[in-house]
Amino acid sequence: MSSATTNGVALRDPARRREAFAGFWLITPALVVMVSMLALPMVALVVLSFWTQDGFTLDTTFTLDNYRRLFATSERGVAWMGMTFYLEYPVPAILMIKSLVMSLTATVAVVLMAYPMAYFLAFRVKRNKAVWIILLTIPFWTSYLLRVFSWKVVLGFNGAINSGLISLGIIDKPLEFLLYNPAAVMITLSHAWVTFVVLPIYVSLEKIDRSMLEAAADLGDSRWRRFRRITLPLSMPGTIAAALMVFIPTVGDYVTPQLVGGTGGTMIGSLVQQLFTKQNDAPMGAAVSLVMMLVIALLVLLFLTLVGYWKMRARRQG
Amino acid sequence: MRPLTIYAALFMAFIYGPVLLLVVFSLNDNTFATFPLKGFTLRHYVEMWSQAPMLAALGNSLRIGLGVTLLTTAIAIPAALALTRFRFPGKPAILGAMMLPLVIPSIVLAVSLLVIILKFLNIPLSLWTVAAGHVLICLPFCTSVLMSRMEGFDPSLEEASRDLGSPPWQTFRRVTLPLAMPGVISSLLLGFIISFDEFVIAFFLTGTDNTLPVYLYSQLRFPNRLPATLALGSLILVGSTLLVVIAEILRRRGVQSNNPGDL
Repeated sequence: MSSATTNGVALRDPARRREAFAGFWLITPALVVMVSMLALPMVALVVLSFWTQDGFTLDTTFTLDNYRRLFATSERGVAWMGMTFYLEYPVPAILMIKSLVMSLTATVAVVLMAYPMAYFLAFRVKRNKAVWIILLTIPFWTSYLLRVFSWKVVLGFNGAINSGLISLGIIDKPLEFLLYNPAAVMITLSHAWVTFVVLPIYVSLEKIDRSMLEAAADLGDSRWRRFRRITLPLSMPGTIAAALMVFIPTVGDYVTPQLVGGTGGTMIGSLVQQLFTKQNDAPMGAAVSLVMMLVIALLVLLFLTLVGYWKMRARRQG
Repeated sequence: MRPLTIYAALFMAFIYGPVLLLVVFSLNDNTFATFPLKGFTLRHYVEMWSQAPMLAALGNSLRIGLGVTLLTTAIAIPAALALTRFRFPGKPAILGAMMLPLVIPSIVLAVSLLVIILKFLNIPLSLWTVAAGHVLICLPFCTSVLMSRMEGFDPSLEEASRDLGSPPWQTFRRVTLPLAMPGVISSLLLGFIISFDEFVIAFFLTGTDNTLPVYLYSQLRFPNRLPATLALGSLILVGSTLLVVIAEILRRRGVQSNNPGDL
């Protein structure tokens, strides 16, 4: 509100108005791309989710049927992993919960793996820091498809681990439990996203004022206490941001469950793809993807609110 | 050695191990990707080039990557300029919206584009629709690379040019653009790599023509073609690694220096 008023006042000044006009003019091509290829397609997805598909014909009368079907309850429950779903069409709900759990597990694993590496980079590496950073950047830019596929080569029935163990004489027939299950998906997701997280955590560790750590050491704080009271809290914002950058896109990941998940490791992204192709029910696919985004957004908001609340409480307690 | 150093070494082994295995098996004289290794060969690399669909897919990916990165960088340069040099209302909101494609799952971007293209505009799918989708996902990367470079050099150089009476276009062409050049080149390289390696959007938005990742994905289902697929994959990995290293060196040098002559 206040910024809008200051802008309003400032825009009465001709020089500021000319500057704002030039700025808008320069950013217009980018805005055209964002509106035509992000905003309008999202609107189209929302509109489609209120239509229905009947065989090969698309019925364009407005209806809430797709959403009703996603949330319709049923007398008969379907049991999955010790939970019972009293839903007419339980598949999306089950896959949604499964995807959230798998993605959350991978995110936690990624942060736990990346933090010590970022700490090493920020506090221990003195020479050739740029080389380390470039080495950590390369996997992030190189083909996601190939990095995921490499785990199929590692974990597969005829893969590196099985054939290696057999040729060493440790086992005599391939272990089948390595590939095509949720664990394989979570390992692969962690591997594919971990370097994405090291750099943001590293940046937040690097920004910490070293004199604070020295002061704490001079006042007799132990190394662990210095980490817990200074380093960890100050690196928290970067760590949380990085964790969200992994959690949000991995919930809807499609490549990983497809290549290493098998039937047991399918996720919500696989369902969206099937609804749009094999099952030929694009409107339902649209509804599922929108509900998925909504659930992710709500969870992220809830998490950020909790973080804000913890911070406030910590500050009040001094 | 200290425990943290050992951890860092293990971490790097975890990151690079599986990918290096692809390269090792592509050079192994065997039709399966299995241990024990039988001997060194380059025959998989030779066989690979005799596959016409692979060459066609490679050509498509190179063309799309080149076109996408040129167009995206051309859009991102003025956008980065606006976001770093000009004050205008709604700037934080626009910046936030531009970074959205980074966090939206790519399958959602892909199906939303698919819906508007097929159901609302009735445009047939082709390599053009793939390229359009790639412009969207490259834009946030190219813009942020360029912004970090433009924030990195002293705006007083541009002020001096304006004070000496240069019109805005001349200031841009003679001062801003040369200073931003390392960022422009790294934006061009990264945009190319993103488009060249992108799979999900290409998979949904392509018609009958394949891009290289879509072709590669279709080959992963045939175990007897695995070595040739591994050879192709290894070449892609080596190629993108080279481009990333060049882009990173340019970008890091660019961020630190004020001198356009250091290129």
